Amino acid sequence: MATFNLSINGKSHAVEADADTPLLWALRDHLEMVGTKFGCGIGQCGACTIHIDGNATRSCLLPISSLEGKEITTIEGLSTDGSHPVQQAWKEVDVPQCGYCQAGQIMTASAFLETNPKPTEEEIKVAMNGNICRCSAYNRIQKAVAIASEKIG
Amino acid sequence: MSKQKTSNFSRRGFLKASSLASGGMLIGFNLFTACKPKAEMPIDISKLNFADFNAFIKIAENGMVTIFSPNPEIGQGVKTSMPMLIAEELNVEWKNVVVEQGGLDTENYTRQVAGGSQSIRFGWEALRQTGATARQMLVNAAAARWNVDAKECTAKDGVITNAAGETLGYGDVVKEAALLEVPENIELKEPKDFTIIGTDATNVDIDKIVTGQPLFGLDYKEDGMVYASVLRPPAFGQILESFDATEAKKIQGVLDVITIGEKARKLLNSEDPAWSVKLCSSDKVVVIASSTWAAMKGKKAIKAVWKIDTPLENSENHNKELLSLLDGKKFKTMRSDGDVKKAFAQADKIVEKTYESPFLPHNCMEPMNFFASVNEDKVRLVGPIQTPEALATSVSTLLDRKLEDISVEMTRMGGGFGRRLYGDFAMEVAEISDVIRKPVKMISSREDDMTTGVYRPAIKYRIKASIKNGEITGYQLKEAAVNGNMYGLIPNFFPAGAIENYQVDVASLKSNITTGAWRAPYTNFLSYAEQSFLDELAEVLEKDPVQMRLDLLQKVKGTKDEKIKYSPERLEGVINLAVEKSGYRTPKEGVYQGFCSYYCHNTHVAEVADVVMENNQPVVKRVTVAVDCGIVVNPLGAINQIEGGVVDGVGHAMYGDFSFKEGEPDRNNYGAYRLIRMNEAPKVDTYFVKNDLSPTGLGEPTLPPAGAAVSIAITKATGNRIYKQPFIDNMAPKEIIG
Repeated sequence: MATFNLSINGKSHAVEADADTPLLWALRDHLEMVGTKFGCGIGQCGACTIHIDGNATRSCLLPISSLEGKEITTIEGLSTDGSHPVQQAWKEVDVPQCGYCQAGQIMTASAFLETNPKPTEEEIKVAMNGNICRCSAYNRIQKAVAIASEKIG
Repeated sequence: MSKQKTSNFSRRGFLKASSLASGGMLIGFNLFTACKPKAEMPIDISKLNFADFNAFIKIAENGMVTIFSPNPEIGQGVKTSMPMLIAEELNVEWKNVVVEQGGLDTENYTRQVAGGSQSIRFGWEALRQTGATARQMLVNAAAARWNVDAKECTAKDGVITNAAGETLGYGDVVKEAALLEVPENIELKEPKDFTIIGTDATNVDIDKIVTGQPLFGLDYKEDGMVYASVLRPPAFGQILESFDATEAKKIQGVLDVITIGEKARKLLNSEDPAWSVKLCSSDKVVVIASSTWAAMKGKKAIKAVWKIDTPLENSENHNKELLSLLDGKKFKTMRSDGDVKKAFAQADKIVEKTYESPFLPHNCMEPMNFFASVNEDKVRLVGPIQTPEALATSVSTLLDRKLEDISVEMTRMGGGFGRRLYGDFAMEVAEISDVIRKPVKMISSREDDMTTGVYRPAIKYRIKASIKNGEITGYQLKEAAVNGNMYGLIPNFFPAGAIENYQVDVASLKSNITTGAWRAPYTNFLSYAEQSFLDELAEVLEKDPVQMRLDLLQKVKGTKDEKIKYSPERLEGVINLAVEKSGYRTPKEGVYQGFCSYYCHNTHVAEVADVVMENNQPVVKRVTVAVDCGIVVNPLGAINQIEGGVVDGVGHAMYGDFSFKEGEPDRNNYGAYRLIRMNEAPKVDTYFVKNDLSPTGLGEPTLPPAGAAVSIAITKATGNRIYKQPFIDNMAPKEIIG
């Protein structure tokens, strides 16, 4: 076991864990940040999406040993009070059903809108295609991304 | 149309009130049953006793209302919609209502189950009565203080007003109200007077969901808690012979490796067959660790040897055996009208088709997990479960502990779809904690979840119809299903009652693969088979498929058959609405529309799917849905359920595929198992039939018709009928085949 210094949501955290521990489990088990969800463990469903230096990344495959010096943002750090335009849009549209995948959806959408603030419907569909919603709330996810884009604009 | 029917649940003593030590009034009540007549009300909010009352309303001195909602939330929105019913009759503003999930202490609980789209249907009367009774107590208290007749007082938005225009807030009178007799025979509002029911209410947990706060079973944590990963047999039919944990124990964070199974086997050997879906006869190897990652790594490092206990099954054989069941004579008749044999013998023409479906895993996004803490005094269970009451009973038997020593606390669930009706995973962790005597959480990996599940059984239908003088004279549906058959009123769904000679026969194939309920059990596939068949019949009869259904429905009107629960008038209503809104009568160039109407789970639905051809492949672009679910309690939540049900139905019909080879599932994660994603999801347009009938559920009813509507639309687009799910492997355009 070793100690890794991770910069998460603007704060430095020392994590004592095996080098191969995925960021997902470091967040959930070691750092008490459980907003990032476990879905598949193979980077296919997007439930564990976080930002690394602003880019949407799957945290279930990302060993903590590779993250020193990187800026990590999780759902808990997107805003302190749910005021990020994407979170606002999610509330406005009432997106969640079971709600489990939504942190990952929000993290994918927020990183995407940073790079493409005024996307077309097709671009939204492509950007969000890596995130599974088993309740199939896709119509509302798409609508919420579009509304968030207006809020950012 | 009947309005506001009063059910016969006992009103006397169905709720009790008391003052809280911390100030405010507490009302305890039981849904569906009278509470224990001698039950005491707690004076401290932390001691809510869910054994005596299964739900509580707290009205604080500042007027804030907290509802401790009893029903587990799996994403179907009852944690929002059921409290709306209370708030409506209580006459408070929705923004002043806080909803918290109630716990459970077994026994006096009749329906704390999320399944069958029933929650809102059963809660409709009881919850409104509760709100109305509480409101009357507050009004009576205010009237007593003013020394006026309660009839002269009105209550609105948490404020009571008398004839002189004086006002008192609910919070001002809670102390006195708590001491009053519980009044009876309170009149409920007419639907036209509703101010909360029928308005949009956002999911009550939304702030927590979008900010990532702990809500789900996987998020639950206690001091001193350890993590468990369970190695189960890789194939159905295998049991553990031996294992070597040497490498696993070397992994940092692995604390112990144990086995469980002995207690479960005792129950399996008992006479009750119901255990087989919850328990496995093999020993399981459990890795106990200080973190989830260590537990998962430890499990991978276990070297286990498995042996065959019962035959290892192949889906190829399932398919052959199900077909031979359809060819054979081992049927049980579920409904029989007239004489189908005679109708077939006298027919001008016979149409007969067979429809096939694979097994399906549930794939809840939150993998199965549960927390248990077992010690000499208590058994505490916390996690996502659709059947908390049954779990408590099962664990009491499994661990041979008194029921009153067991508590079950429900967390929000990351999806259910039927999987969390079965408490197998929770019983497992109870057995683990019983061995290690520590608080412990079991977490399944996605692979564990998908390969050691409780599956939708593979089913085949063969439907045969006779045509005489241009009319359908006979209809026989045969079902061959793995481990069980359709049940309840399903054999009496449309077109039962509409065809003179009608028969439903079922046969079952026993398998050692665990199977069970999957969102809209049986109808999730039956709807596609029957509705596709009806569409094909219309083609043979050269009739318009919509008109053919409307003509058939005419024959059901005024039926005296009490088993026919669907309403021909309500089905007509949704059919006409879907046809109108989808533009079915004015088709657009290049858009192929498939029509389906269906009744299940007490709700009437019609759907029209729009399919276009892109790169020689059919693509589902839009589904128009017409729904008659009576009064729509929360339109915002209802539309979410409807859209989700439709897209889920399209997704599983198009892509869902799962089979077994030598007892082992052929896929174990989302790399190989295809779930519908955003770029494949059609746009869903929802329309409600408006009426004042009691509400029915929406968690399931829009899923079954979706696959049917899509298959019919694809048929129009490609010229090929589809007889097998998943459609993606069976829908190639005509010119490509052969």
